[in-house]
Parts: sequence; C-alpha cells; structure tokens
Amino acid sequence: MNKVKKITGMALFLPVFCMLLVMLVNVIYDAANGNFAFNFFTISVRNGILYGRLIDILNRGSEIAILAIGMTLVVSSSAGTDISVGSVMSLSASFCCMLLAGYGVASASTLAMPLFLGVLGGILMGCVCGAFNGFLVAYLNVQPMVATLILFSAARAIGLLLCNNVIVYVRNDSFGFFGSFLGPVPTPIVIAALCILVISLLLRYTALGLYIQSVGINKKASRIAGLNSEKIIFLCYIVCGLCAGIAGIVASSRITSADSNNIGLNFELDAILAVALGGNSLGGGKFRLAGSIIGAYTIQAITTTLYALGVSTEQAPVYKAIVVIIIVTIQAPPFKAFMKRMSDKRQLSKGGAAV
Amino acid sequence: MDNNVVLTMRGITMTFPGVKALDNVDFTLRKGEIHALMGENGAGKSTLIKCLTGINAFQAGEIHVDGINGPVVNHSTLDAQKKGISTVYQEVNLCGNLSVAENLFIGREPKTKFGTIDWKTMIKKSQKIMKDLDMPVDVKQNLEEYSLALQQMIAIARAVDMECKVLILDEPTSSLDDNEVEKLFKLMTQLRDKGVGIVFVTHFLEQVYAVCDRITVLRNGTLVGEYPVAELPRVKLVAAMMGKDFDDMAAIKTDEAADFSNAEVFIDAQGLSHKGTIKPFSLTIHKGEVVGLTGLLGSGRSELARVIYGADRNQTGTLKVNGKEVTIKSPIDAMNLGMGLLPDDRKAEGIIGDLSVRENLILALQAKRGMFRLIPMKEQIALTDEYIKTLQVKTASRETLIKQLSGGNQQKVILGRWLATNPDFLILDEPTRGIDVGTKTEIQKLVLKLAKEGKSLIFISSEIEEMLRTCSKMGVLRDGEKVGEITENLTQETVMKAIAGGGSNE
Amino acid sequence: MKNKKLNSNTLLLIITIVLFFVMYAAGCIVYSDKGFGNIQTFLNLLINNAGLLCVTCGMTCIMLTGGIDISVGSLIALDCMILAVGMEHWGMSAPVLCIIVLLIGIVFGMVQGFCVGYLKIQPFIVTMAGMFFGRGMTAVISTNQVSISNEWFVKLANTKIELPFGAYTNNKGALQIPFVRLTVVVALIVLVVIFLMLRYTKFGRSLYAVGGNEQSAVMMGLNVPMTKLKAYVLSSFLCSIGGICFCLNTMSGNVQQATGLEMDAISSSVIGGTLLTGGVGNVIGSFFGVMINGTISTLVKTNGKLLSSWSNIAVAALLCFFIVLQSVFAKIKEKK
Repeated sequence: MNKVKKITGMALFLPVFCMLLVMLVNVIYDAANGNFAFNFFTISVRNGILYGRLIDILNRGSEIAILAIGMTLVVSSSAGTDISVGSVMSLSASFCCMLLAGYGVASASTLAMPLFLGVLGGILMGCVCGAFNGFLVAYLNVQPMVATLILFSAARAIGLLLCNNVIVYVRNDSFGFFGSFLGPVPTPIVIAALCILVISLLLRYTALGLYIQSVGINKKASRIAGLNSEKIIFLCYIVCGLCAGIAGIVASSRITSADSNNIGLNFELDAILAVALGGNSLGGGKFRLAGSIIGAYTIQAITTTLYALGVSTEQAPVYKAIVVIIIVTIQAPPFKAFMKRMSDKRQLSKGGAAV
Repeated sequence: MDNNVVLTMRGITMTFPGVKALDNVDFTLRKGEIHALMGENGAGKSTLIKCLTGINAFQAGEIHVDGINGPVVNHSTLDAQKKGISTVYQEVNLCGNLSVAENLFIGREPKTKFGTIDWKTMIKKSQKIMKDLDMPVDVKQNLEEYSLALQQMIAIARAVDMECKVLILDEPTSSLDDNEVEKLFKLMTQLRDKGVGIVFVTHFLEQVYAVCDRITVLRNGTLVGEYPVAELPRVKLVAAMMGKDFDDMAAIKTDEAADFSNAEVFIDAQGLSHKGTIKPFSLTIHKGEVVGLTGLLGSGRSELARVIYGADRNQTGTLKVNGKEVTIKSPIDAMNLGMGLLPDDRKAEGIIGDLSVRENLILALQAKRGMFRLIPMKEQIALTDEYIKTLQVKTASRETLIKQLSGGNQQKVILGRWLATNPDFLILDEPTRGIDVGTKTEIQKLVLKLAKEGKSLIFISSEIEEMLRTCSKMGVLRDGEKVGEITENLTQETVMKAIAGGGSNE
Repeated sequence: MKNKKLNSNTLLLIITIVLFFVMYAAGCIVYSDKGFGNIQTFLNLLINNAGLLCVTCGMTCIMLTGGIDISVGSLIALDCMILAVGMEHWGMSAPVLCIIVLLIGIVFGMVQGFCVGYLKIQPFIVTMAGMFFGRGMTAVISTNQVSISNEWFVKLANTKIELPFGAYTNNKGALQIPFVRLTVVVALIVLVVIFLMLRYTKFGRSLYAVGGNEQSAVMMGLNVPMTKLKAYVLSSFLCSIGGICFCLNTMSGNVQQATGLEMDAISSSVIGGTLLTGGVGNVIGSFFGVMINGTISTLVKTNGKLLSSWSNIAVAALLCFFIVLQSVFAKIKEKK
C-alpha cells in the first residue's frame, strides 16, 4: 500500500502512466487484429528513412511538444493558459508563406525572398503575437485567457487577410525541408529536440525557472524581493509566441502551404492538455518541463491510436475533452479531499474489522 | 445548563493531519458578557472559532447553544447563523460591489408577495439600522465607497441584526485606528447591555482590559483556564499565554545613549512622496542607526518606507544614498544600492508559499545577481544551512515548503533572505506582528546587533514599547504626512503625545 | 464628491450606447443608398442576432460570477445538428426535438457547473473541454450539412410578425411593412426575464455577490457552488434556446456552424459593460453589445467588397479596446 502511494506520488507518475497505458492499448489492439503484437515499437529503415509508429508519433507530436514548452512557462508564470497558440500558429504560417510567395500569389514555386528571411518573418510574427498577449496580461492585468481570446479569434482572420482569402502554396523543396527529413530522421523531430534542448539548458543554467515559479506563486512578494514580475510574465508570453511561430512554420512546411483555416486547429487544447497531463497545476506556480514534454507525446500517441481505432479527425476532440476533464478533476483539490476521506473511511472500517 | 449561559463547548478535540490543533478544550459564554479568547499564534483560537462556526469539523466534543436541545453541530457559517451564532472576521467579508443595504440583508432579503426582492422595505430597514447605530451611511451606495472601518462596522451591524445570541469578533480591530476602535467598543458595550454574548479575539492586550469581562486562555491547543478580567493582571495573562514566567524585555537595550550626529549619513531623503499615500517628507538615517516610524495604522508608516525602497515609486524630491543622488524605479534598484524591505504583510508580499525554504532564502540574492548568474547549488545549500542555524529556524529540512512553517519561522526565513544579500540598510515593517513573544525578543536583539555592525535600519511597529527598546530616533506620522521627529527623551508618553498631535483639529 | 451617476461602470455603459448610435448613424449616412436607414434593416439586425442575444444573456450571468463559458458556440452547433438530423433522418417531431435540445442544454450546463462550482476547476478549462466535446459530438452525429425541410419547423421559421407602424416604400417603390420573426420575440422575452431576475430575485443578487467577493459570499451564508452551478445551467439552457433560434435562421445543421459564437457573446457582454472580474454588469448593456456586434457585421456585409474576416477582426479589436479600458479604469480605482 505504501509502495503504491510512493510510486503514484512521484513527480512524473501521471504522464508516464498514461503513456504506458496508451502503449498497452496499442499492443492489445495489434494482437487482437492478428498483427505482430509489438508492431507499435518496431522501427524500420526504408529508402534511408526511418519508419514506424513510434517515429510517426514523435514526428507528428513535434508541434504539440514545441507548443507545450511555451504553454508550460505561461501557465506557471501567470496561472492562466494561452488559448491563442493554435491561431497564432496559423497566422505565422500565413505570414511566412505570404512572404515567400509574395502578396496575392496563390501558388509559387520560386521564392520571392530568401528562405530564412521568410521563416524568420513567420517566427517573428509569432513573437509579436506573444508580445501582444504578454502586454495585456503583464502590464494591464487582464486575465490571461480573456487576453488571449482576442488573438484566438482574430489571428486566423488576419492570416486569411494576409493570404487574400486563399490557400497559398509554396511549392519549393527548400521550404518543404522543415516538414520532411534530415537524413533518416524527420526534421520536425530534430526541431522539437532543439527547442527542448535550448529551453532545458536555459532552465538548468540560469535562474529563469526560479524566477518564473516565484512570480507564478506570489507576484507581489517576488517584486519586493527584486524580481521584475511584469517583465518575466511578458517574457513567458513572448517565448510562448515564439514557440507557436516555430510550430506554425513546421506545420505549414509539412503541407508546403498556409491553410489558415486548418493549421493549428484545436492545438491549443492539445498544448494545454499536455501541460496538465504532465502533472503541472493549471493554477500556476511550480512546473516540470519534462512532464509537459512527455505529456505532449502522450497526447499525440492517444490521437494516433484513436485514428488507428477508426475515429475521424473531427470526432477525436470528444475523447480528448473527456481526458481533459478527467485529468483536471483528479488535480482538483475538492476531489483529492473527497478521495482522501473515502480512503480514510476504508481504513477505519478495515481497522474496525481487525479489532 | 445554567440559565445565564448562551454557549458551552465541552471537550472539543480537532486534529489536522499529524497535528492536534485542539485537545479537549472547554469554553463557556454567558449572556451579556464580552469574553476575550487569548493565546499565542497557533494556540488554537481560530481553530476553536472555526469549529464553532462550522468551517472546520471537530472529532470529539459537544457544543450546546441556549434554546436548542441536544448537542449542536454546524456544517457551515449559514448553519451557525441560523442558530444565532454570527461571526465578523478580521478582513471585511462583505461584497464591495453591492449596496450597503444589500450587504446587510443578503441571504435573507425581504420578499414581496411574488417572491421577489422587496427593495423598498430593504432600504427602509437598512436606514433604520444605520440610524440606530449612529452611522452616517447612505445605504443605497456601494459598500466599496466607504472606509474600511465603516465597512467593518457594517459587517457587525449585519451580524447583530440577525438577532444573534453569540457574536464572534475575530481580530476586528487590526485594521482600525484608535478612534475607530473606540467607536467599535461603544458598539460592543451597547450590544452587551442588550444581552448578547460576545467572543472577542485579539492580539492587543490593552483592548482586552478596556472592554472584556472574562478571559479564556489557550496554549498549544489546550485550555489553560478561564478568568475574570479583574483576577488576571497583564503580566499573569502573558505568563499564562506563554506558559512560563516572563522576564521583562526592557533589559535588552543597553542604556548608553547613542549619538549619531557625527556618524556618516547613509540615507538622505528630501521631499520624497507618492501621490495618495504619503505627502512629501524628509528623513536622514546615519550608519548604524535604528530609526523608528510611528503613528496610527494607515498614517503612512509603511508607505514612507515603501517610497524609499521603491516599492511605491517616488514622485518628487531627491534621495541621496551614501552621498550620491539616485533614482529608484523599482525594488531591484534599491537592492543594488544595498537596501532591503521586510514587508508588513508576510503572506501577501513576503513568502513564496509553494517554494522551499532554500529557494525563498536565496531569492533576493539571486535577483541581485541577475538571471544569468545562477548561484551554484553548493553555495545555496551552504547559505541556507547557515541562516537556518543562526536564526534558529524550526524547519524539517531546507527543502520543506515555506508555507508549512509557522508564522514566526516564515518571518525568520524572510529576514534571512535579506541578511543573505548583506544589506547596508534594512527596512523592517512590522517584523513582529502575529509572532509569539519569544521570537519577538529574538528579532529585537537581532536589530540591535545589526545596528552595532554599522547597518542602518528602519523599524516599524504598532507596539511603542518595542520601538523604544530598539530605536534611537523616531519619525512620527499622521494622516499620510511625517509630522515630526523625536530624538531626545524617548518615552512612551512623549511618543503617544506626538502621535496624538496637538488636538487642534477637533 | 462621490457622484454615483458617473462611476466608471456607468461610464463604460454610456460609452457603449453612444458607440452603437454613432456606428449606426454612420452606417445610415455612408450606406444610405443601400437602404441602411430603413427600419427593416434595424429589425433584421434583431432577427439575425436573436440567437446571439439569448446566448449573451446567459454569458452575462456567468461572467457576473467571475466565470466564463466558451462552450456556447459548439453547444449551438450540437443543438442545430440534433434538430436537423432528428427531423430529417430520425423522423422525430419538431416540438419534441426542441424539448430534447433544451434538456440537453440543462444537462450540459449541470456537468459544467458541477465541475466549476463543486470541483473548483477553472471555468475556462471546463468550458473549453465542453467546447471540444460539443463540436466533436456534432461530428459524431453527422459530418454532413443537413438541411431542414420539416413542415412545422419551416412554418415556424417563416412566421412574420408585422409591425403596425413604420411602413415605408423601398427604392423600387413597393410598400414594405416592417416585420420581425418569432425568434426576436423569444429573445426579447429572455432579455426582459433575465433583467428582472438579476434585479429582483435572490439568485440574481447572489450572482453579483459571488462575483464581487466569493469568500465573502460564503461567509454571508450563500451557497456559492450551487449558485455557480445554477448559473452554468442557466447559461446552457439559454444557449439552447438561442440554438433553436439560430436553427430557425439557418435551417440546417453543420459541424462548422456557429464557430466563434462564444467570442461574439463574450465580446458583446464585455462591450456591454460586464466586468471580466465579475460582480458588475447588466443585460441592458449586453443588449447594446450584441447590437454593436451585429452592426459591425452588417456594415461589413453591406460594403460587399470587404472580406468577412474583417468583421472578426473588428469585433476582436473592439473587445481589445474595452478590455484595455476596463483595466485602465481598474488601475485608476486602485490608485484612489
């Protein structure tokens, strides 16, 4: 009993447990269908490129993982979530494609400007959106979710305007690189890994983590202790926008186009879910980045599994919504108190029986 | 049950996980008396009240209320109210966005025959209540338009109007000034004469002797005893609360009269101000000097200190630190000049509850060094251990979350946070509020020690005696303005006179 | 000094009302050749936004408690889909379906309200899950566009209630009698009922108390979790009424229906002077908020050359403006 408690109490228990659960479902599903039971785990090399369901999950989960980084910081520092990330992704993608194809061009095979400038522009657009959100939250004290609601609805519309209301195609291999392969490995995996590495190093070798948590827990006290609370929250939102920008570029590079209506659709849910699944409280304060990252890939695993089970893209949110509610319910203090009362009662009755 | 008794609590026992908060506590309240509930922090006063009003559930014991047969268990404040037990808390628990009338009647609004709220009757009744209590209030105005003291009185009016038999006042005076306290006491005695039993929880000893008839003392969750006020002089009360005979702390200060006129000036503030909180003031502090700031609550004591520190931005005048003119835009600027501020509201502005003792302790030092120069873990641990030892912080480990520590120990950690930055100038705003007497003495000793090391300090406290013991000069504030300085002849009497002012206003 | 007539909250409301009239007047002048000044244009504004008005009333109640409900758009999509599929594919009678839809609204609200009130989960998270759940369930029922041809329903939708006054001749010279649809009547009834409820019932005042200071509300003996639960039930119920109104306008069910409606409802409420922090607001303001919202989209449509995303952007910009205004007022108040 005690051992169970120790394991369930461990920091990364929730995300790892969910991940294992998803894997188990896959194994059972494969076995039941007469496939090789460990199909899920096999990785093969075909034409010099890695194949396998795990690789697929890592690949497809890149955007969510990148978003989860920014979202974790935002949640921790401001006790609110940034629900605009999906729309900002779409805006960054539109802006980037617009720059690369030229305004008003629906399809281009030659780039209108150097690739890196276009990509940089897209990412910067993400940062600008992040800065806008951050300004409202940090300096004007608007509730984070309401502040980000503005861009949640406006960013996609702005993206459509930039693209003149059409889907802009950039049919150029150099742009497609971010969504294809670097050697045998899908590029998105590499990009996600780089992002994770950079932010981990920052957290490990600077006081950023301490600052963010401190501000997230008690903004006033942090200020008295010499931290610039506003600046730190502002910074977190910019990082979140940056992450959304990068994710947007990756997503649009995959389809070599800027589909304003569909890029990043429902990604805000996935990103928030990743943070919650990672065992981080959505009430702000302490956070664990590793949890969020594992959470992100777990979500992708769930999505992939759902598709494998024959659930359509439009229906998948139903299941995810249920997962969200379950997770936040488990995290909710009244629920915890209720469970504790139940277990106390059980122990009491057990003790009574023993006597 | 005795006819005269309105409330008895017998053998109340209540445990929080791992801690016995109340152990077999009895409490009796009679009709028409004001009964003080005393004890140090963590003695179980609040817990006892919460058991009574249904916020906490107790494991053993019985509560009897006059007029109700059998033991009473309340499940919520509402439950308690229905049984005639009303509570007014330290913070005003009313809704500022509603009108005064609504605040008086919410939850029990007069209804018309259609079941809708009868605004006319409500307003008429409210006006009558306010008139009876002699309060100049327009009941149709929103509550937030009125001062904190008036809000507190309205909260009491609400409690009283619910025809309560028992009125619990949980530290109602901590945000009121003397004048307001007096008004409150008048109201309390009026109610007592009407036969209401009043439970009065407070930290201020004088107030107990001013209005109370009887005292119940708790210590460490157990009952020490119940005494009529006349039989328990002040010294004995303190002894009962602390559980030991109590040496007078006056011995701390050495008698040598310090003379700072030749010492170097560290802080030289000329005409600083912050609109709305403190009018332009000037203040000089020498090296090694402890300056006290005194005045009624809300007179601008904390605000003055906050302007120097940059917690509220200075808007006029000049500030010289160590002879150099400086502009302080935010606390970090002040810290880089060697300042530190221990804020008065520990919970809201001091501790970072969910972080460990270690993280709380190094926070200011880290902020001073900057984000990119992380203090190595080894150094963090060494620092933390050092301050846990020197300040005698009682904590399970250095990684314990600070919110799990008691108030006094939290205060020590915050103090440690500032000492770790090795400040030249430290502002201590109510460092001893809500802390037990033992720790108070330690903090006062520390202040004197720091001064001896050549550091300058500002010491703010509501207890004049405490400041007399530590300070060599006192600034006096009244109504958001610094009205004077006392450098010689520091006695309780002179200070009180200075605070009260010439009385020309009234 | 303290002039109650001009505190910041009233000021916000006045700004809103003035803004509406200015905007509408500007529309009348700029697009006078397109019949913007006709009384029917104004009535169409009501007809087109009847559903939104119902939803906004519910949203205002929730925002008074300091909460928010972003599930309304997808709940409407779900309602419409059930109505459409129910009538066309399952062969159920229209009145029964309407009742079912209202019941679904109540259950939906109860679940959300329970999570917010009793489990104390952030409203945003709960209703976001609700939003995705609703949209997903719509897709589960059908991913196709389903048009309604049910006789009873069509009749209901086409009922014209002609006004006894205000007849005018249009630019082709034909006499036009101004009319409203049934939905407008429903929406206006909802508006009045909610207005009276907020002012004259205990529940209504509890909403303000909970939003003003939750802890105080508890201490004053109000049942806060229950109040919140009721608020969410009310919102989802009104949202379902709005859904039926919406369906009467569009006469179809579709997964992508009413996307972003939550945004319109929230912005209408905020523009109408409801504080995001709760405790202050009124449905009268919300009404004007809805009208401003409607005017913007009508203006964009009347122009004909602008992309429809402009109306999204304009509403978002307006929301942003009012949020900033609120926060500035709050800062000024704090300084006092």
